[in-house]
Amino acid sequence: MATDIASPASRSASSERTRAIRAGLVRRHATEQIFRGLGIAAIAVALGFVAILFIDVFRKGIPAFVQSNVHLSVFFDPELIDVDPAPARDQFPSDAEYTAASLKWQRSVALLNWNTIVEASLRKAAPEAGDMTAREILSIPETDARHEIREMFVANPSLLGQTVDVDVLASANAQNWIKGNIDRSLGDKQQQLSAPARALIDTFVENGTISNGFAWSILTNVDSRSAPASAGLLGAFVGTLWMMLIVVVLAVPIGVAAAIYLEEFAPKSRLTDLIEVNINNLAAVPSIVFGLLGAAVFINWFHLPISAPLVGGLVLTLLTLPTIIIATRGALLGVSPALRQAALGMGASKTQMVFHHVLPVTFPSILTATILGVAHALGETAPLLLIGMKAFVASVPATPLDQAAALPVQIYLWQGNENRNFFEPRTAAAIMVLLGVMILLNGAAIYLRSRLEKRA
Amino acid sequence: MKTALFASAAVIALAAFGTTAAFAQSRDTIQIAGSSTVLPFASIVAEEFSASFPEFKTPVVGSGGTGGGLKQFCEGVGENTIDIANASRQIKDAEREACTAAGVTDIREIQFGFDGIVFASAASGPDFALTPAQVYKAIAAKVNVDGQLVDNPYKTWNEVDASLPNQPIALAVPASNHGTREVFQEKVVSAGCEEAGLPEGISEDDAEAACTTYRQDVVVEISGDYTETLARLNSDPNTVGVFGLSFYEQNTDTLKVATVDGVVPSKESVAAGEYPVSRPLFFYVKGQHIGVIPGIEEYVQFFLSEGISGEGGALEAAGLIPQPADKTAEVLAAFEAGAAQ
Repeated sequence: MATDIASPASRSASSERTRAIRAGLVRRHATEQIFRGLGIAAIAVALGFVAILFIDVFRKGIPAFVQSNVHLSVFFDPELIDVDPAPARDQFPSDAEYTAASLKWQRSVALLNWNTIVEASLRKAAPEAGDMTAREILSIPETDARHEIREMFVANPSLLGQTVDVDVLASANAQNWIKGNIDRSLGDKQQQLSAPARALIDTFVENGTISNGFAWSILTNVDSRSAPASAGLLGAFVGTLWMMLIVVVLAVPIGVAAAIYLEEFAPKSRLTDLIEVNINNLAAVPSIVFGLLGAAVFINWFHLPISAPLVGGLVLTLLTLPTIIIATRGALLGVSPALRQAALGMGASKTQMVFHHVLPVTFPSILTATILGVAHALGETAPLLLIGMKAFVASVPATPLDQAAALPVQIYLWQGNENRNFFEPRTAAAIMVLLGVMILLNGAAIYLRSRLEKRA
Repeated sequence: MKTALFASAAVIALAAFGTTAAFAQSRDTIQIAGSSTVLPFASIVAEEFSASFPEFKTPVVGSGGTGGGLKQFCEGVGENTIDIANASRQIKDAEREACTAAGVTDIREIQFGFDGIVFASAASGPDFALTPAQVYKAIAAKVNVDGQLVDNPYKTWNEVDASLPNQPIALAVPASNHGTREVFQEKVVSAGCEEAGLPEGISEDDAEAACTTYRQDVVVEISGDYTETLARLNSDPNTVGVFGLSFYEQNTDTLKVATVDGVVPSKESVAAGEYPVSRPLFFYVKGQHIGVIPGIEEYVQFFLSEGISGEGGALEAAGLIPQPADKTAEVLAAFEAGAAQ
């Protein structure tokens, strides 16, 4: 063989080559090492920032999920609750008259000073509070305690003369003091509560009249300014839910249909090219522009109500549409031509080919794109500010036409609240809820995709 | 995929229905927008209102500043326009004209109390005892030095006046979308400008410009709310910020208030008229919506009731400075008489 009779010169040339290859190999390995190192570093930096964000939000937000409750035994004193007995249905000939009388009675109940009842219950719990003023004592429970007790009475007028155990929320300032959100070493002038009130709170905490529990109020209450400690996310959550429903119902069919038409049916022409470029441009338009458009078109032109989830949903639909169209077109493009040709070859019409064969294969991708689009719309704030959704709304929207807030806007509103000590943690808690919903949506996208892909 | 087609058809039907439903359904919630100073008060009244009047829905309170609120207010009459505009200053003639042009002719003014505007700095910093003239000298772009208008030479407060701390000048003031800015300009800067005096012989326009132009190097104009001003103070502890009295009172743990003309701002000193930088607060009601949107009349009466905006009422606890009861009675009477102003 040739190698057997190789001359010393050629042998030395081959070892030369081996050396060169070896040297090159070292260099190539080094390059790969550097690239891998950079990749890991990039991931570490990204994860690091996510970790910082999460740690910061959770550190601030978790304490807000603990609320302080004041346990009171409330005496519905007939001397203080001096109203006529509640009207009964059988006293009136018609429903309308009964409703009118009942509302009148509720009004008369509402006009009573229920704070005196709250004050009396607190004084009973703290005999040592003898010389504190009513204002000092009433700074301990949240201001909605009186409404809570009044509503109990309205729901059950037979409570008159009875003593009932009631848990009411401690006020925002009291909770700041208990949790140490306000520096406890500051002097009287810098504290929100008077010295006797602070001492009484500490006594209450020691003797168990005030205890901590999970803050369901964040999840089950609507926003509140008169009773900040009871401010919750329910209204904003339902508002967001309505908007997302509208986005899904409108953006998915319109987006998918547009993508199918453009990809499968439309002739390739200058016009379709122009449309494609514009869809891509639309996807990059800043979201606030959609808000301006929504305010001009939906509110000023179509006269849709301001602050309504319907308008918010329509604006977010416009925002999500390009994302869904682009993703769906990408998915359709990825379907193998063999599938199309097989379907057409078997005599299927173009419509049958698309709807029976191509669309089912792309379903997982379309679904993922939709969920990601919705998750994006969920966190969108800027366009909502422009269509009046940053208003203070203290009710749960029953229909998409009612005024509502939205989760990201609620975060924005809470971070602007005057009571910084109380609302900083609450804002972080709201962020946690929003992040939770987002993670849930993204998780669902991943799960559904992997499941459906396996099946396909 | 017939379902997809059906779904799309249903969606279009739904959208059409939604639009017509919006036209058909009459709004039964009072819609309010405007001043962020009035917002906390109006929100509290809204909540208490719905608690006391079970037959009405909770009014919705938006912000946007006095100017923004009045702009929305003057867009016209009808269900997609707001019913009430909150304002931390009186409506301007130009705004009234815009209202009239859009058909809003019955505007009822309700004055419901007072608010103080305070200078506050970081609680850890030195005390400030300011006068309007000192603030003017610190904030104006050009000041009078030896009879000449020159670019503002002052870098620290003690250069403005020896009695002030040796601290770099940095000011965070409300931007012009806030009603607060106007009061700040009128009662502090313009007053200080007059007190400090301008060089003789300059024209009226130049004098006006000299009194109202702020320097850009140390003055930050905040268009957001007071939390943004507070954030500015936290990032630069040398900043002196302009706040509403009620905001300061809820953040006494981090803020320290400056005296103006030797008077400490408080509810008492504002109510007594001693503290110079205060202003009345208003809201404007669209008379044409009364009787169309349910509850407006009741809302106004409730707002002006003793237990809400009176002394010892719910709003005083939230930082409002109540006005004398006879003033309130006068305002209410004017409202009920339907006196279009």
